[in-house]
Amino acid sequence: MVNSSVVNRRDFLKTGTAGGVALVIGFSLSAHAFADQAQDQEKKPPNPFDAWVRITPDNRVTLILGKSEMGQGIMTALPMILAEELCVDWKQVKVEQAPTNPKIYEHGTGGSGSVAGSWLPLRRAGAAGREMLITAAAQKWEVPPETCKAENGQVVHGNPKRYLSYGELVESAAKLPIPNLNTVPLKNSDDFTVVGRDTRRFEARDKATGAAKFGIDSRPSGMLFAVVARCPVFGGKLASFDATKAKAVPGVRDVVQFKTEGRGASITDGIAVLADNSWAAIQGRKALAVKWEEGAAANESTAELHKQFLANAAKPGKVVRNDGDADSVLASNPKKIEAAYELPFAPHVTMEPMNCTVDIRPDSAEAWVPTQAPQWAQGVIAEAAKLPPEKVIVHTTLMGGGFGRRYQADFVMEAAQVAKAVGKPVMILWTREDDMQHDFYRPASYHKLQGALDANGNLAAWKHFQTSTSIAAKWSQKGADDSGLDEFGTGATVPYTTPNLRIEYTLAESSVPRAWWRSVEHSSSGFVMESFVDELAAAAGQDPLAFRMKLMGGDRKIPRFGGEKEPPLDTARLKGVLQLAAEKAGWGQPLPKGQGRGIATFYSFNSYTAAVAEVSMKNGSLKLDRLVYAVDCGRPINPDGIRAQVESAAIYGLSAALHDAITINGGRVEQSNFHDYQMPRMNETPKTEVHVVMSKEEPTGIGEPGLPVVAPAMCNAIFAATGKRIRRLPIRTEDLA
Amino acid sequence: MAISFTLNGTAKSVDVSPDMPLLWVLRDTLNMTGTKFGCGMALCGACTVHINGEATRSCITPISSVAGKKVTTIEGLSADGSHPVQQAWMEEDVPQCGYCQSGQIMSAVALLSKKPNPTDSDIDDFMSGNICRCGTYQRIRKAIHRAASMQAGKAKSAA
Repeated sequence: MVNSSVVNRRDFLKTGTAGGVALVIGFSLSAHAFADQAQDQEKKPPNPFDAWVRITPDNRVTLILGKSEMGQGIMTALPMILAEELCVDWKQVKVEQAPTNPKIYEHGTGGSGSVAGSWLPLRRAGAAGREMLITAAAQKWEVPPETCKAENGQVVHGNPKRYLSYGELVESAAKLPIPNLNTVPLKNSDDFTVVGRDTRRFEARDKATGAAKFGIDSRPSGMLFAVVARCPVFGGKLASFDATKAKAVPGVRDVVQFKTEGRGASITDGIAVLADNSWAAIQGRKALAVKWEEGAAANESTAELHKQFLANAAKPGKVVRNDGDADSVLASNPKKIEAAYELPFAPHVTMEPMNCTVDIRPDSAEAWVPTQAPQWAQGVIAEAAKLPPEKVIVHTTLMGGGFGRRYQADFVMEAAQVAKAVGKPVMILWTREDDMQHDFYRPASYHKLQGALDANGNLAAWKHFQTSTSIAAKWSQKGADDSGLDEFGTGATVPYTTPNLRIEYTLAESSVPRAWWRSVEHSSSGFVMESFVDELAAAAGQDPLAFRMKLMGGDRKIPRFGGEKEPPLDTARLKGVLQLAAEKAGWGQPLPKGQGRGIATFYSFNSYTAAVAEVSMKNGSLKLDRLVYAVDCGRPINPDGIRAQVESAAIYGLSAALHDAITINGGRVEQSNFHDYQMPRMNETPKTEVHVVMSKEEPTGIGEPGLPVVAPAMCNAIFAATGKRIRRLPIRTEDLA
Repeated sequence: MAISFTLNGTAKSVDVSPDMPLLWVLRDTLNMTGTKFGCGMALCGACTVHINGEATRSCITPISSVAGKKVTTIEGLSADGSHPVQQAWMEEDVPQCGYCQSGQIMSAVALLSKKPNPTDSDIDDFMSGNICRCGTYQRIRKAIHRAASMQAGKAKSAA
């Protein structure tokens, strides 16, 4: 079990562990990339420390962590960083999921930020522990500390060598002052023995034996299973319902009407059917007679949204960025290229559907939540239960996928309201249909790209107009007045040199809920920008790789537009991954007829990614045969973990290229389950190679950056194979014909 | 009416609605949560178990049809994760979020029992009923080949 232990902070700070002595070091993890997105969701006081290392006399090292594991591998990578500086075997480090307490922990997992934000703090904490243990040993042996060294969980001195294990030193080390974390000496990276080595997943055994406990596996004593009837039209309200037949279903115990409201609520009214088991609850819901007031959104459809996009694109948008005078250059330039691209709403489709288990008692509450944002879950339950947050214990469980969906609290709100109403532990279980039809989708967007080439084939102007159902309009305090910059991801920082650059944005209205989806706006910006650069290369009559290299020009650091606190885009690193991917893929070598090779590169989450796709067309049907990646995410902590994340993003990206489309008709989602919504399967899986740059730069994100390049590399390969440009996703058979 | 069957080698009797799918009997009545719910329509494979040795989607299998049969779940594959397919899964570091992997492993075991040395095309055919949103397919493929060699090695040394 990796997530069962709940440590009371006061107890373990005082004694380390119940009844025993321990060396405990507190330190802070920065929230890093996700902070901006999360900041208006919750306000919390600053904390001196939010993560803890505990070393006990039995030689166990425990990292108590506020981050959540959803498959991205932080339960493996973060202990590796600690083990490195602490000089212990990685296998000696156990991970405990921290109890939810936003006053102590930096909870919230997203934005590919956990390793980047934890790298330095974890090194410093490990080094502090190591120095304290060395000092304790030196005092025992009465020798200078600099004559001792730490290795493999022991302090060593002299010749012949004598040893003291960390466990033997814990008691005296715990009495020493904690070194200044800002100045504690860190290991020379040439001496690393853990960081940079392929390491297998911490919780792999539990996941191969069925022992791993996900949120959906929570079984507090006396729990009822519940499913909820929701209005299929977004924003609809309950008119009336009759539960007589539902209550007659064997096993059904109760039917409860409830409301959810406030930030994060997705539905207004719900009717929960509670039963002894999930099956009875599902049958009970089928037997409910419900009338909904569907409201204004019932007129919305994908076809209407497309019309809105076209109308918006016919007018100028809000100026997001303007360098030089792109409009004049485009108007006068003989070699002007224009293309429009469209992307649909995309669902997360975690394999574990949304669920949440809550028990509200008169003076306290307890919850088991598969969540990327445990502090938000805690706040929502506290509000429903009318309890102070510290009276609400939230157990963050393993998650059967997150991808941003589990940063939401809508499913938590439902569970809290129903648990409060019935006074018993309740699991709200979403079926696949619920999950697909009540998601917070990646925005739908429409893009018009215009470019001009000068006589030398250089980029004279670049213009990117986007209209989308923005995330900001749903979540930010600025709402519809938001500048639109965020809807481009890093797309406003164009690596291709041009003196005339203009970016415009127009908000499109929609009642469909939107939020963060794996790689967020980068998924659309990557597709349109890298497709369009390919179109420019073709217009210039140049090789797509050579054209990109030429436009990037010399090595330089481009400041992030509107993101001054973020590191600049380093063109040397971007060119580096482009060249590496091209070289490993055999770029330029001939392919048989009917096959094509395409390339794309993108910078996101401060990481650099490039991919070469090879596709084949047989009898009009498309297959992605091979995908060759190069990624530079700074110093690799666990290279095999990085490869796994990129292989994963490849399939998620393939899903976006081939299948991901949520369509709306009558204000409701038309797809419901895996018969009318397809997912990539084994037979569609390309041979994927991931080449990881052995950089010495600071580590950056890797959960998401592999995604944005898949669709453009693939569509550029289709162009190479067939001469057809794919400008809307998912790729449709009629667009290939 | 009580329905009796053998679960992981142990006799079980449950008194539930006869049309209740085996999946929910396992998860909610018997608290055997290793078998997962993914779609409820036999479309994703997360709920795969063996009934009399055949890979079966438990989410659409009424408990009444299981009476008198032998059911094996992920928990029954080995007591300690020592089954060659589980070992291969760990060696290739297959799982990410891990939610679909019980079903993937049960499908892989069934494939190997029919085809001890499957080709890539055999794997495509048999495993395409199991969805993995983390996209671990490439490693699943490798792990199946590895398990096949492990089992072949074991058979050889036993001979």
